[in-house]
Amino acid sequence: MALKLDHVNYIYDADTEMAHVALKDVSLEIGNGEFIGLIGHTGSGKSTLVTHLNGLVKPTSGQVLFDGHDINEKDYDRKKLRSKVGLVFQYPEHQLFETDVFADVCFGPKNLGLSKDEIEKRAYEALRMVGLSDDFYKQSPFDLSGGQKRRVAIAGVLAMEPEILVLDEPTAGLDPKGKNEILDLLKNLHEEKGITVVLVSHSMEDVANYVDRIIVMDHGQVQFDDEPKKVFASYKELEKMGLAAPQVTYIMKDLKEKGFNVDDTVTTIEEASDEIMKQFT
Amino acid sequence: MRFCNKIADSLKVIIRKKNYMITKHKDNPDNMNNNSSHMIHTENVRFQYVKHDEDGNPVGTVTAVDGVDMTINRGEFIAILGHNGSGKSTLAKHFNALLYPSEGAVFVDGMDTTDDDKVWDIRQKAGMVFQNPDNQIIGQIVEEDVGFGPENMGVPTDEIWERVNESLKTVGMYEYRKASPNHLSGGQKQRVSIAGVIAMHPECIIMDEPTAMLDPSGRKEVIRAARALNDVEGITVILITHYMEEVVHADRIFVMDKGRVVMSGTPREVFSQVDKLQELRLDVPQVTLLADSLRKKGLDIPAGILTREELISALADLKHKQDSDRQ
Repeated sequence: MALKLDHVNYIYDADTEMAHVALKDVSLEIGNGEFIGLIGHTGSGKSTLVTHLNGLVKPTSGQVLFDGHDINEKDYDRKKLRSKVGLVFQYPEHQLFETDVFADVCFGPKNLGLSKDEIEKRAYEALRMVGLSDDFYKQSPFDLSGGQKRRVAIAGVLAMEPEILVLDEPTAGLDPKGKNEILDLLKNLHEEKGITVVLVSHSMEDVANYVDRIIVMDHGQVQFDDEPKKVFASYKELEKMGLAAPQVTYIMKDLKEKGFNVDDTVTTIEEASDEIMKQFT
Repeated sequence: MRFCNKIADSLKVIIRKKNYMITKHKDNPDNMNNNSSHMIHTENVRFQYVKHDEDGNPVGTVTAVDGVDMTINRGEFIAILGHNGSGKSTLAKHFNALLYPSEGAVFVDGMDTTDDDKVWDIRQKAGMVFQNPDNQIIGQIVEEDVGFGPENMGVPTDEIWERVNESLKTVGMYEYRKASPNHLSGGQKQRVSIAGVIAMHPECIIMDEPTAMLDPSGRKEVIRAARALNDVEGITVILITHYMEEVVHADRIFVMDKGRVVMSGTPREVFSQVDKLQELRLDVPQVTLLADSLRKKGLDIPAGILTREELISALADLKHKQDSDRQ
């Protein structure tokens, strides 16, 4: 199911003194089974863009189409849309509220009006996917570590069985291990379940390691929309937007300047290491 | 931990408000004669707390800091690394008497932190910057926020302005002095928080994950400000973080795990042990990882490479050697 943004504009506090353009003529398509990184400096409009994807915010002008239908039409079933396009906000663990982990994950499917069996089946499946064993089910979500809480929150969205999963900085504030666990989880969901993942992030290194496509936002506009290597090749432009290419990309560029015959478009450590070894054989 | 942070954050506001008490002591020479070269010194510090279940019944004790001996000299730039739950923030809160050790002792400039009469002197000597900039800013405009600390210390008005301007210049936020903090980015807000602390003229600043909630450019701004405080102003800086890129310029690093110091030394000494760092769930800089991967594949480059320049020059030397060998 493709999600398409067609010339979307969004102005905060339109028609007031405080009017502020957050999205400017954004057109893009999110296809089936993609793993997309959405990148931008703070204030670039990426979070505003995300809230458009399941109709939480209505564009000032332009259309958001899911499967060819305008989701902001008056009689469009947005409730159904929200189970198909799952949104995980920043610090999603702040939204946990039930007395135990299992009940919290059941909350979403319960609201879809499913049978009790189906609700529980989905909750089990979702918790299994995020890698939380049944020891945790009856624990209070508030007794878990930061990374575990976040996985519970993601399970709550997965239990809705979304086709597209959009996560707004899901690794913010986690330590490296917690961060890698979440990113590996997303990779698995994408590869095994075929879920389309849109990952909003500041970290070029994370994005370079996981995604197939990068969308770069700046001043409310899409500046780049391409595969990681091509986007990072424009590192000078990225720097002007307060972003940067992954560190290894810079190392390879420096080496090339020093006369090494290396491919300077690599973006991960493994690639860089192999590329450098070729020089010493 | 989150709850602890909240308490600590609100404590800071109280501290700022109560700092006027310091002035009473300030001119008393008895309080000012502790000119030891140790800024902070801890002796076998242990911190335990009782964990409660939902109904408030105790369910066991947690040892967050487990026997730490640490000496930080005046003027040093120290980094404390560790993953979440390693005890690094809990330890740091002992450095300005926000927490007291269950066992052992902590001395700030020679003063025992459990000495109630010294607590305000200690907090004026050792200022603290927390993770979330939004919890630390209280003024309506930037300069008012920065002036809050010295004002409550009873500093004369003219000097307050001097200190505010000077502090804002140090962190590069002078041109924003009339702005509303609401309109600043995370990195800018965090720099205002730092200015608020340096306006109280501390000898030591403890920064508890000041960059955790910032984007890459915000992180750079804050780290640059921290380094300037140390280089230019000579203030002792203790930076707590889990981003290793931020600590390559530190004089010394302590790595914590399970409440203990498990590694310490210069950045090079610590970063040469890549496997151990990864075992401790720390994010090793990409340059160091790449160098380590090349070493494992048999390239003869030195251990503990920290910067891009070092790696490039090591590789260039190697290449040069290989080329001349072939001729």
